[in-house]
Amino acid sequence: MKLPVIENILNANDKIAQENRALLDRAKIFAVNVMASPGAGKTSVILQTAQRLPPQLCPGVIEGDLASRLDADAVAARGIPVVQINTGGGCHLDAPMLRAGLAQLPLAELDLLFIENVGNLVCPANFALGAHLALVVASVPEGHDKPYKYPGMFAAADAVLLNKFDLQRVFDFDVEFFKRGLRMVNPHAPLFCVSCKTGAGMAEWRAWLLEKQNAFARQE
Amino acid sequence: MHELAVTQGILQTALDAAERCGARRITTIQLVVGELSSIVDDSVQFYFAPLSRGTLAENATLQFRRAPLNVHCLDCQEIFSARAPLPFECPHCGGVSLRVEGGRDFYIESIEVTDEAAGD
Repeated sequence: MKLPVIENILNANDKIAQENRALLDRAKIFAVNVMASPGAGKTSVILQTAQRLPPQLCPGVIEGDLASRLDADAVAARGIPVVQINTGGGCHLDAPMLRAGLAQLPLAELDLLFIENVGNLVCPANFALGAHLALVVASVPEGHDKPYKYPGMFAAADAVLLNKFDLQRVFDFDVEFFKRGLRMVNPHAPLFCVSCKTGAGMAEWRAWLLEKQNAFARQE
Repeated sequence: MHELAVTQGILQTALDAAERCGARRITTIQLVVGELSSIVDDSVQFYFAPLSRGTLAENATLQFRRAPLNVHCLDCQEIFSARAPLPFECPHCGGVSLRVEGGRDFYIESIEVTDEAAGD
């Protein structure tokens, strides 16, 4: 006997992601899932963005890594509430891990949460966490072909930051080629060319993010 | 690592569906996987055997249907199918304004079940 099912394979994860979203909504926290390959500058983007927030907005961070507390320590050194999740070899964060991380944060104090996913351009795109925004960070030294090679990740983005843009000439990075690849899988996500080192482009990204956060806060 | 979690998801979803209708054994699981979903069939197959041991789905066959990924050329309006890595230009007109359609499917389409227990 054949039974139709039509159910998402990661249904169990998706259900917990919905619970995470409901928890974040109740706490009035706008959550950003930050995804990128290792070394693209996820932690730098988070720190540089947090530093540019208006004083009334309190950020928090969840750090996902295979091992170590290096990133969490860097965040904590800036006085930002942070939880480190070590996946112990797992290549992505999933919704139950985020749930465990949320339980350790002072949610009542936070307005904006950055969830730094494990450095990987493949599986994090498949595992919903419950965040409000998917941010993909690419960086110039990785090369301009990344949207063609990792289309699933770029398709999942609500916004894309192209970091280390101060190195564009050094690496002969073809921005138009990168943009065409991105548009092929994702016609609408805005692309911000930024440099965490020089601060170039960060004002535009910050303005866009605050607009999204504002719309979220008003609607809650 | 990734396929392990995915395979657990497949198994659980199939077992839930089978239990809802009181089936005693799952013989086949039909999956639809889009080209952009980054799932390796062989790897899922590899994890499925040990994970399903002792469950209703032990010895079930996994059937993968690859959902097509179509690319629409905005210049000549031609639609052609593709696989990752994505094409840089349209094979028909050389245009570079391309849009991918579909390819993100990732679900169980159906399962085949029987009331006979294994070995009956």
